[in-house]
Amino acid sequence: MTQKNRLAGGQINRAKTHKFMFDGKHYTGHAGDTLASALLANGVRLMGRSFKYHRPRGPLTAGSEEPNALVELRGGARQEPNTRATTAELYDGLLARSQNRIGSLRFDLLAVNDRLSNFLTAGFYYKTFMWPAAFWEKVYEPIIRHAAGLGSLSLKDDPDTYDKGFLHCDLLIIGAGPAGLAAALTAGRAGLDVILADEDFRMGGRLNSETHSLGDQSGADWAAATVEELASLPNVRLMARTTIIGAFDHGIYGAVERVSDHMHTPDAGKPRQILWRIYTKRTILAAGAIERPVAFENNDRPGIMLGSALRTYANRYGVAVDRRVAIFTNNDDGHRTAADLVAKGVKIAAVVDVREDAPRSLDYEVLHGEIKDTKGRLGLTFAEVRLADGTMRTLECGALGLSGGWNPNVHLTCHQRGRPTWNETLAAFVPGGMLPAGMTVAGAANGDMSTAAALRGGAKAAQNAMDLKGKLPSLPQAEDAPVNLKPFWYVEGCNRAWLDQQNDVTVKDVKLSHQEGYRSVEHLKRYTTLGMATDQGKTSNMGGLAIMAELAGKAIPEVGTTIFRPPYTPTAIGVFGGRHRGKDFHPTRLTPSHTWAEEQGAVFVEVGNWLRAQWFPRTGETTWRESVDREVLATRTSVGVCDVTTLGKIDVQGTDAAAFLNKVYCNGFAKLPVGRVRYGLMLREDGIVMDDGTAARLAEDHFVVTTTTANALPVYRHMEFVRQCLFPDMDVQLISTTEAWAQYAVAGPNSRKVLEQIVDRDISNDAFPFMACANVTVCGGLRARLFRISFSGELAFEIAVPMAYGDALIRRIVEAGAAFDITPYGTEALGVMRMEKGHAAGNELNGTTTAANLGMGRMVSTAKDSIGAILSRREGLNRADDLRQVGIKPVNPRDPVPAGAHLMNESGVIDAAHDQGYVTSACYSPNLGHAIALGFLKDGANRMGERMRLVSPLTGVNVDVEITSPHFIDPDGERLRA
Amino acid sequence: MIINHPLLGPRDSAEFTYMGDARLIDRPDAGSDTAAQDFYDYGYLRDNPAGWHEELWFHEAGDRSWLVVTRNTLTHEISDVKLARDVARSRGRKL
Amino acid sequence: MHNLRTVTALGVAAPRIDRFDHITLAENDGLALASVAARLGKEAACHAALGNLLGGVPDIGRTILRDPEAGFWMGPEQWMIGAPRATHEHLADQLKERFGDAASITEQSGAWATFDVTGAMMREMSERLCNVPIRRMIAGDVQRTVIHQLGCFVIRREAEDHIRILGPRASAKNLHHALLTAALALA
Repeated sequence: MTQKNRLAGGQINRAKTHKFMFDGKHYTGHAGDTLASALLANGVRLMGRSFKYHRPRGPLTAGSEEPNALVELRGGARQEPNTRATTAELYDGLLARSQNRIGSLRFDLLAVNDRLSNFLTAGFYYKTFMWPAAFWEKVYEPIIRHAAGLGSLSLKDDPDTYDKGFLHCDLLIIGAGPAGLAAALTAGRAGLDVILADEDFRMGGRLNSETHSLGDQSGADWAAATVEELASLPNVRLMARTTIIGAFDHGIYGAVERVSDHMHTPDAGKPRQILWRIYTKRTILAAGAIERPVAFENNDRPGIMLGSALRTYANRYGVAVDRRVAIFTNNDDGHRTAADLVAKGVKIAAVVDVREDAPRSLDYEVLHGEIKDTKGRLGLTFAEVRLADGTMRTLECGALGLSGGWNPNVHLTCHQRGRPTWNETLAAFVPGGMLPAGMTVAGAANGDMSTAAALRGGAKAAQNAMDLKGKLPSLPQAEDAPVNLKPFWYVEGCNRAWLDQQNDVTVKDVKLSHQEGYRSVEHLKRYTTLGMATDQGKTSNMGGLAIMAELAGKAIPEVGTTIFRPPYTPTAIGVFGGRHRGKDFHPTRLTPSHTWAEEQGAVFVEVGNWLRAQWFPRTGETTWRESVDREVLATRTSVGVCDVTTLGKIDVQGTDAAAFLNKVYCNGFAKLPVGRVRYGLMLREDGIVMDDGTAARLAEDHFVVTTTTANALPVYRHMEFVRQCLFPDMDVQLISTTEAWAQYAVAGPNSRKVLEQIVDRDISNDAFPFMACANVTVCGGLRARLFRISFSGELAFEIAVPMAYGDALIRRIVEAGAAFDITPYGTEALGVMRMEKGHAAGNELNGTTTAANLGMGRMVSTAKDSIGAILSRREGLNRADDLRQVGIKPVNPRDPVPAGAHLMNESGVIDAAHDQGYVTSACYSPNLGHAIALGFLKDGANRMGERMRLVSPLTGVNVDVEITSPHFIDPDGERLRA
Repeated sequence: MIINHPLLGPRDSAEFTYMGDARLIDRPDAGSDTAAQDFYDYGYLRDNPAGWHEELWFHEAGDRSWLVVTRNTLTHEISDVKLARDVARSRGRKL
Repeated sequence: MHNLRTVTALGVAAPRIDRFDHITLAENDGLALASVAARLGKEAACHAALGNLLGGVPDIGRTILRDPEAGFWMGPEQWMIGAPRATHEHLADQLKERFGDAASITEQSGAWATFDVTGAMMREMSERLCNVPIRRMIAGDVQRTVIHQLGCFVIRREAEDHIRILGPRASAKNLHHALLTAALALA
């Protein structure tokens, strides 16, 4: 097809022709086109169907405020719904489809909704689908979802990447129109770090769309020359295709740069979009203004658009929307459109002006009156005019430009606490209230509507914001016309006159909501959905407010406005994820034995971001239980080895180190001798257990504290709080050393025999008894730390070397243990052995547990002050029937004792009121040959041997169990002292 | 938000962990006759002002200092930032 | 002498280098590290010892780049000292002797993975990684920040196009992946 509506001129590159496809048809356009401008050049006005009534629609605007021309862009996995044809940059091979239709765009089967419009008014869904309630989810909602809506997702993984980044500047300028460019020149020439961001791919704003000159240049040429100068300044960063989506606290702005959206596919390795976090000292908002339409009957036909859009298509893109155009205006701007189009050879059917004193013209006819209605099924053909004297006239036209005045683009001024204020001259809201910190507004966004005022305002704003001395840069002469406007929102007597074209909200809907008692603007918004579409009502809110004000007999500012919120324009979710998706969603931590464990075929599990070996399957083992049982039995009968690097380690040094630990642990540490380790229980100030671990005293003034894997960071933070905020004059220094040391537990009756081959000193029971610790050397001289501690309950050691040697040490330990068939074990076997031994872990330390619950009440020293000691003594935490940790075993050895099940008395009612306690951890004990569990039971310490029922009504469990000591194996601890 | 760290200058609040009311510095005397009541008040009774509030922030991804930040909970305006250790000392906290 | 071999933070025998026209990303496996924290009331003695070692006390947010030992500020009255591992394997012990009871010394060699990023697009790459104001940093500036959710130190080295990144060693592979993809996205 030829570009039959293409005019001469414009800022497109005619030397470069792009082929593209819309709804299966081939078209051509030029570099510099948008999808909308290229389709209009080809005579295509119909680009979509509306949300609710499936009315035929074409573009209303030429910018990002577009409510109508939403399309599915690209194909396959790269398909993106709801992109605005008015901003989608044309490229060769672009593929687009219209959306929200059944059948073709021209013969949408759901256009029947339009005939049913009398029923589909505001609140229709609320009122109609209330009964029967069960029908909503199964019947009504699917039908409505199918019928109403926007584009569809590909449901495939997005093949492109998105990135994030961080920028710093002195001055962020949002919008590169006349005000933004003047501000950038002023600050850029002064040497400040400036970022100039504009959502458009071509900087210049309205200068690219207007015909008036700046000095002796066209506006577009001046913009291009200015951009060129700015680009040459090293301190100025120009960011085209970049939308500032949000203004956040203290000069932080979110920006989305569309790096590859204008390309067929992103270059290799390059992201599609980048989410920038911009830190700036000051900001100038120069986002311009958005023209508003006027409501009248059938004002939504393709071909009816904003007058400013007609100018943009004609002047910037060299496109006549139609060769015969009518204008409907309430201000001088409509006449500017007419003059520009006449100059391009377009026939003006008439300019319909609501003002009695409308300017006259020799080039076109001016009618005093208003547009009453329009005709044209798939696009405008006629406009019916009601003249001021009451007579009717029909205008033949394929396009109709609407000029209802301009709304300063206050969106970003509202993102903090800004609340716009009313300007009578413009009949529009201008920025007001508390603007985001450091922000000033310039140009049309501030209500300075002429080009000259924008240039001046931009330069001044930069000068004031940055406290610059000296003269402003010389700015070119430019038009300085005053605003001459008669507020006019809708044509009397209209009903099906669209305010919000994206959500299909009409004047009638607003009237109905008023009639039904909705008085607050926020209620109006939610009831009618006015302004709740993806365009946030940029072109529709004002009309709704004005009608509401009129019905309520109030002035518009008394009615107030709804609030614009981030993001400024719809933003792809992918860019918020950035590179953090899939396996990169969050970083993992690898243990020093990871490579070795992989070689052994370990199965890994993620624990507090660590990838830990869960078990080590061997050939012939078909279930995980087989592997775990083997690892447990081998450790208890000979020797096993396990990577325990993941436990948090905190280095505590200073002359007050012991006194400090006395504060953070509820049990005493002052008298712990050098060379000894002690178990420590850490409470929160409210008396609940925070964490447990060990503290090893390596010197008078040096301890190494361990934490549970998951709590390493919170415990460190807490200890720093105690140190800095509670006891600031203690001589104690803290630093995390979790990742500095590779640490292995070697456990089992043969563990000493293995380590004797590794450690360069006597580790006999006399020389190195239970709970000993020491700095040692291993393998003939490598510095190491040795601890005789045991989580498994066996004779055991933990040995630590600097991290870089961790891989070598695990291999050496396994080599030394070969004679004893040393068995690597994972977290599952570790868990089984700690349950057999009755040690509490994360399941028991669940944020509700006291020391008394754990049977460690006596550990809370009364001889000293420690965090949590006072509140742990509260009456409510010390009742006679408090929960106590117990062991639980099935009466029938074949029965399971699942975690989460609850304990009930042997007979009686089974319900929550009779609950006696619950299971926290459970496993199969290969040593005992049946399941075992740890749990909490009311008055548990006095119920040893009692028969109870373990129930889980949800999963159908009801098992007879016996309450036992939690220490299933070696209750007297003979093994670990061996 | 930007927190103007007394040592490091302006830093993104994303680097910090928030804890709450800076009155947590004023831990009661455990040896007092009224310790039980004092610790109850300390642990559970807090103001929740719509306006200026002194609160504790930990520079976790930074220099590991606890800070006392005076912040307006309505506007997020920050009027003062101090090292919590200095505040604790000035309030007479010792060993 | 023991005969245990070390592996780099990336878990291999020799440090990895990724070289492109615009960026070179090199794992630096040659650093011994130890932290120094002044004991309460011994700050003057600690500063004097730092002066002896580095020729000065690294100021807030600053590094003293000096051979063989260098040091940077970590927090109030706390510094990180680095030196070549080949000559300073026992750095923490050596520092303990120098500082005596004026400071708490903690070995940190194993805790960190170190990457040197150099090249014409180092700044652009930094901007994709973290919030340090890379274009305002001068040689010797150091800032702790977050890269790919990992707490890291970023040090501006002497060369205009050189930063050194110290990140948590256990996540070295993730950190390297983040650095590499950032480099490739700028190619």
